[in-house]
Amino acid sequence: MARVVVQEAPFDTAAELARLTGGRTDVGGIGLFLGVVRDTAGGRPITAMTLEHYPGMTERALSAIAAEAETRWPLLGCTLIHRVGRLVPGEAIVLVATASAHRAAALDSCAFLIDWLKTKAPFWKREEFRDGGSAWVAARAEDDAAAARWLAPRRAAAE
Amino acid sequence: MKILYFAWLREKAGTAEEEVAPPAGVRTVGDLIAWLSARSPGHAAAFADLGTVRCAVNQDFAGPETPVSAGDEVAFFPPVTGG
Repeated sequence: MARVVVQEAPFDTAAELARLTGGRTDVGGIGLFLGVVRDTAGGRPITAMTLEHYPGMTERALSAIAAEAETRWPLLGCTLIHRVGRLVPGEAIVLVATASAHRAAALDSCAFLIDWLKTKAPFWKREEFRDGGSAWVAARAEDDAAAARWLAPRRAAAE
Repeated sequence: MKILYFAWLREKAGTAEEEVAPPAGVRTVGDLIAWLSARSPGHAAAFADLGTVRCAVNQDFAGPETPVSAGDEVAFFPPVTGG
């Protein structure tokens, strides 16, 4: 059962990793993706971004994505944390952590989770530009392509 | 029926949430969009380019043919940009 959290407050990555393994000794590897707010968007400096989401559906979508990862890889633990509200460059915005007996399952499932999260979880970013104004971020075709590469179920890491 | 709008659809529609009672002829998401579009110029603007509008019915992603009925929660939003 994955740990899924949507919150405004910062998260403690070290504490989350400790919680993920929870003292168990059968974990051989942890895959970790930490998303950080970058200070430019398309070459234009930004001062902040605000994350809006769909309360209820967000948690439901994240749990469904995590459940899909658990059917594809032999995971011993899975944590998805996404922040909402106003964030400034340098702040961590999303944490994806997966634990498994072996590295391939941990790393592949972690990549799968962030790729799917980006195209299937109801979050929207609005960027504030240093030279004034703000704009909603448009979805990127590259993100759709990254998510699509996982459409064929793979069990490579199970062997 | 509860309608929710997010991100720029919320800004264009001028509301985040509204309770509506569409006529019996409104049976699908596509019907609902056509009916909602006539509510105000803001609604019309929100639904002007359907290529950039996504929908969820009762918190599951839905398409234009997805049925809707009284009591449903229907949300409209742009393609997602989290992560």
